[in-house]
Amino acid sequence: MAVMTYRDALNQALREELRRDARVFLMGEEVGVYQGAYKVSKGLLQEFGEKRVIDTPITEEGFAGVGVGAAMMGLRPIIEMMTWNFSLLAMDQIINGAAKMRYMSGGQFTMPIVVRGPGGAAHQLAAQHSQSIESWYAHVPGLKVVAPATAYDAKGLLKSAIRDDDPVIFFEGETLYGSKGEVPDEEYLIPIGVTDIKREGSDVTIVAWSKMVTVALKAADMLAADGISCEVVDPRTLRPLDDAPILNSVRKTNRCVILEEGWPFAGIGAQIAYQIQQQAFGDLDAPVTRVTGADVPMPYAKNLEHMAMPTPSRLVAAVREVLYLD
Amino acid sequence: MSIVTAPDHVSRQLAGTPKAVLVDLLYQMLRGRRFEEKCAEMYALQKIGGFCHLYIGQEAVAIGAMSTLRPDDAILTSYREHVHAIVKGCDPGRVMAELFGRRDGLSKGKGGSMHLFDREKGMLGGHAIVGGHIPLATGVAFANKYLQRDSVAVCFFGEAAVNIGAFHESMNMAALWKLPCIYIVENNRYGMGTAIERASAIYDVAQRACAYDMASETVDGMDVLAVREVVGRAVDLARRESAPTLIEARCYRFMGHSMSDPVHGHYRTKEEVEEQKQQDPIRSYFQRLAAAGTVDQKGLEELDRKARAEVEQAIQFAEASPEPAADDLYTDVYAQPYGPFKTREQ
Repeated sequence: MAVMTYRDALNQALREELRRDARVFLMGEEVGVYQGAYKVSKGLLQEFGEKRVIDTPITEEGFAGVGVGAAMMGLRPIIEMMTWNFSLLAMDQIINGAAKMRYMSGGQFTMPIVVRGPGGAAHQLAAQHSQSIESWYAHVPGLKVVAPATAYDAKGLLKSAIRDDDPVIFFEGETLYGSKGEVPDEEYLIPIGVTDIKREGSDVTIVAWSKMVTVALKAADMLAADGISCEVVDPRTLRPLDDAPILNSVRKTNRCVILEEGWPFAGIGAQIAYQIQQQAFGDLDAPVTRVTGADVPMPYAKNLEHMAMPTPSRLVAAVREVLYLD
Repeated sequence: MSIVTAPDHVSRQLAGTPKAVLVDLLYQMLRGRRFEEKCAEMYALQKIGGFCHLYIGQEAVAIGAMSTLRPDDAILTSYREHVHAIVKGCDPGRVMAELFGRRDGLSKGKGGSMHLFDREKGMLGGHAIVGGHIPLATGVAFANKYLQRDSVAVCFFGEAAVNIGAFHESMNMAALWKLPCIYIVENNRYGMGTAIERASAIYDVAQRACAYDMASETVDGMDVLAVREVVGRAVDLARRESAPTLIEARCYRFMGHSMSDPVHGHYRTKEEVEEQKQQDPIRSYFQRLAAAGTVDQKGLEELDRKARAEVEQAIQFAEASPEPAADDLYTDVYAQPYGPFKTREQ
């Protein structure tokens, strides 16, 4: 098993799927000559040529729509958003086009498209470049939404996304690209819609995905020093949400904190909390609590940005709260 | 600027086109007109719900344009597309069933008037966000080129859509990447109730192609043979050289924007509508055919009877079709049903 970066794991997934299926192509800003704004597509232009690794103008709605049209014809486009922030320009194509095409055509059109790119805040990129908008996409029936936390998950889920016959919204963590993890040498797939337990524990369930898994694991280490055992549950796919492992964990620990980088109002965490209270109400010893990004546009100043982001210490405080320790 | 119009082409088109094709153009226009008239009637009877946009007056555009296409060519349209669908080969009964919201509709009753799809016939939708389908058509053309097919994509939209970003983004990509796509602007002068002069800084829509170094033509959209000639050239260019064209077809809608809009409303006068009706594309085309001795009054009446009968048959088919089953609500959302999220209230 090789240790590699999240970025290289994604690159491998793209390369393997481009090799495997001639209908797959990669399109987006700077994916070719520049080798990817975040170097996820490094070397792909050299191997697959301009026909299949296509640099676009800065025209997000346009090339997202080209992807939807190409998918209607049976191709399998991978559309890279340089960051998810720019996808706001393409939402009509993704939501009114990709998500609804199968339904409004009575099942005649399949939509095997992946839209992928980095989401979430990085470091001092300010309001327009620092947001976690997975809940916006997860709201929409017809879309699948994936947000992997590790190199292993990233590769296996991206390969599944590319082979999937539905539109998959694939959130990569901007600050995860350099993180390293073990990735098998042989080919593997991780099915979409399967929750993973990232750390077993008995006292509290922490639900987290993408970059927040790292935060959760740090907090779990800190809490372990105080003798508190946290189970970290990573849904990996936000829609369709595999809620059974979350519910099973809550039934075991009787307590749950949901950690979300995005804004609190109508967030994914609100949805998960709803499902927990509906299906495991009697198992709860404390109200489900959420730790989220602050309900403000992301500020630039370092100290303010830090205050706006979920941190291990904020999570530790929330865990102690549901344990009634403070 | 030159506008292709009668009599430039009339004699050469009449001479160079087989009689069967000339007669079929007339039949297609008659059938389209009768279909839409019936839709208005069915809407009044509340058999058709929602938004319903009629094509009456603009028939020459869709019919002239599509007479140049092969079955493997694709069209994508705006929401005023009942006639486009039928002309592309969709079964009129299934189109009407869709408008009725019935199970045998093209989209199983899930799409309605604005979302007619027929994959096998190359009818790639009815799209209801103004201009939103222009990138899709561009993507269809991209796929044809990628797959090394010589099929073309034709995108129909109104003149109001040329002010949308998606139009410009598509034009740029199509010209930059040399995509076999034909963009047909059906300029009926009004985006809903806003006259083109009040919405567009440039009156001559076709000129917008200059910004993208794209071929363009302006054509009298009330003249089916002129449209056929101009679109035919664009289709040739797309097939032979994989190059796009922007075509502005100047036409006029005789009905309101939708069923809730009276024929002339506040934005145009009754006189203007009446004057335009004198240019009825069906009547003027018939007069030409009659003058050339291709079809006489009796022939016209026969075609009209046939058109009315076909529409009547469509109505009967739609009436006989059941409503969608309750189970249909949750199908066709994903390739494999995964159990959608349901709240207790459902």
